[in-house]
Amino acid sequence: MKHSHKKWVTLVFALSIVLMLGACKKKVAPPPPPPPPPPAAPTASLTANPSTIQKGQSTTLTWETQNATDVSIDGIGSVQPNGSQSVSPADSTTYHLVAKGAGGNQEATARVTVTQPPPPPPPQPTASEEDLFNQNVKDIYFDYDKYDVRADQQAALQADAAFLKQHPNTKVTIEGHCDERGSTEYNLALGDNRANAVKNALVQDGIAADSIKTISYGKEKPFCTEHNEQCWQQNRRAHFVYQK
Amino acid sequence: MKRLLSVVISVFVFSVILCAQQDWIRTGTGLGVEKVRVAVPDFKLNNATPQNTALQKTFDDTLFYDLEHAGIFDMVSKSFMPTQVPGMPSDVNLAQWSSPPPSAAMLAFGNLGATGNNLAVQGWLYDLKNTANPQVLGKQYTDAATPEGARSIAHKFADEIIFRLGGGISGIAETKIVFVSSRSGHKEIWQMDYDGANQHQLTHLGSYALSPRISPDGSRVAFSGMTKNGWEILMYSQDLGRLVHFPHFGGTNLSPAWSPDGTHLAFSSSRTGDPEIYVTDSDGTGLKRLTSFAGPDVAPVWNPKTGGQIAWAERSQVTHLPQICIMGADGTNQQHVTDEGFAVSPSWSPNGQFLAFSWMRRFGPGEPGAQDIYVMDITTHTWAQLTHGEGRNDFPSWSPDSRHLVFQSSRSGQEEIWTMLADGTQQQQLTTSGSNYEPNWSWK
Repeated sequence: MKHSHKKWVTLVFALSIVLMLGACKKKVAPPPPPPPPPPAAPTASLTANPSTIQKGQSTTLTWETQNATDVSIDGIGSVQPNGSQSVSPADSTTYHLVAKGAGGNQEATARVTVTQPPPPPPPQPTASEEDLFNQNVKDIYFDYDKYDVRADQQAALQADAAFLKQHPNTKVTIEGHCDERGSTEYNLALGDNRANAVKNALVQDGIAADSIKTISYGKEKPFCTEHNEQCWQQNRRAHFVYQK
Repeated sequence: MKRLLSVVISVFVFSVILCAQQDWIRTGTGLGVEKVRVAVPDFKLNNATPQNTALQKTFDDTLFYDLEHAGIFDMVSKSFMPTQVPGMPSDVNLAQWSSPPPSAAMLAFGNLGATGNNLAVQGWLYDLKNTANPQVLGKQYTDAATPEGARSIAHKFADEIIFRLGGGISGIAETKIVFVSSRSGHKEIWQMDYDGANQHQLTHLGSYALSPRISPDGSRVAFSGMTKNGWEILMYSQDLGRLVHFPHFGGTNLSPAWSPDGTHLAFSSSRTGDPEIYVTDSDGTGLKRLTSFAGPDVAPVWNPKTGGQIAWAERSQVTHLPQICIMGADGTNQQHVTDEGFAVSPSWSPNGQFLAFSWMRRFGPGEPGAQDIYVMDITTHTWAQLTHGEGRNDFPSWSPDSRHLVFQSSRSGQEEIWTMLADGTQQQQLTTSGSNYEPNWSWK
């Protein structure tokens, strides 16, 4: 029994070999010769880089074609089959390339978007009245519990008067300030005296009284909040404020 | 010379005790005045519910505070008291209270209970030495069963006791204090009870509101506010809860003050270019100028007893620093009462006899310049110092009983409102929220 099974396997194997050899022989047979190729159709691409520009700027169109004999771009005219060109359209433009060849026509487009440039920056203004005021008008400083304009402040006061004479339309508020010592109420009255002392000096110097307002802040709005003489001196002042 | 004041005042105190109806004050001295020793045990609760227990505590705390701060009592510590407290006259064992440890001369006791929305309190004051007829006071009160109601009854009962035992001077437990607080972000006018309770905002100017002065009848608060026109005298109506009309004078207008009859206001105005003291009718009409000194004239205050004089702070032509001055209410007889240092913020005692003010007495280069509260006898110009270099102390204002002063002090690290007895004792902080300034005590 075992012997007969082996014989069958051998037979099947042999038949398979024969069949396989026959199949291989067929593939190796030479193919028929190909037909002559038709003329190749042209290809074309067109890009703009960058695709968005501000008005006045330029962008570069780049194109590539193959199998074309005649390439043209609307608005530019005939061009080389491959190339690039800088363009500066005034408005958004769609560039249209046509590549013609024996194999037909191929088209390509590229859109260039033109944005309006930002408005030009406003012309550099000449220094405003207020800037000039803040650069030139100096505060007047006082001694403790005094409201007369002391000698070392007279130069600043004269400069302030000169500025206000040159700018007769300027309206000004003079704020009277005091240091933190003493009572709230007394300092408000003292600050009023300081503001009025400076106003009176300016009016005496020819500045129109109705262009000057006064207000006392007493010790309510200090410029400096430390508890020492350096700071207190900063707070004992007539402060000029430009009135718009 | 200055130390004569204590002698003067003790003589004064003796003399006023002899004529009992006269106001008196213990300023500068405790000599010869024995405080009445009073025992005030907790009141007995009639029906113990959580709500009633809370009301009882509010009542007991308020009554004890009022009597303790009246300045005329020696309070028996609650730890010295018998454990069984009386709620009714029949519960009282006189000897138990008059002998040690309480050793009281007077006993205030009673009971309280809430039924529905009403709180009822019965209170008695017993003279423990008068064993035959001990009852001095027997009172019955009802109010709303709320903490405010309990506080109100306690204040009323305390004031009865103070009136009876304090020489006929009304207590101050129901008085108010107006002040400036920056706690809202702006300096606005606020009001509180005399013990610091019930602090609430009156004005909403949004700029600066300063120097509140409550009218004698309590219906209005005059103050100085910064408006678009500068500093103006503004008028707040307590009845309407808003500002009412007051004329504009131009210039910087500061520190209003009421005449004691409420018909006139004095204030500082720089309408002519220099701050001077003016008087108007209380509606702002009839403006009249009283001073003509170059430099600051500010912070007028009427003699509340007579209405015939005004004190104010004026920058002296001699010292070139502010000094306290007095003049007739018509501007006559102007004279300095201080002539050294830096003196501001006068307040005239309701009995007419003392000026309190803020003084940097030794002021100048090299001097520490502590700013303290002083009290000066108007007739002798002798003075006593009440605060002693703890922070800057300013804006004293007398209580209606002339026994207390409220003032502003920076001793806690920022400006806060404090009270003290007029002899400088029992200094106590009333405000803790934000910075608080310029207290002014109501007239009643």
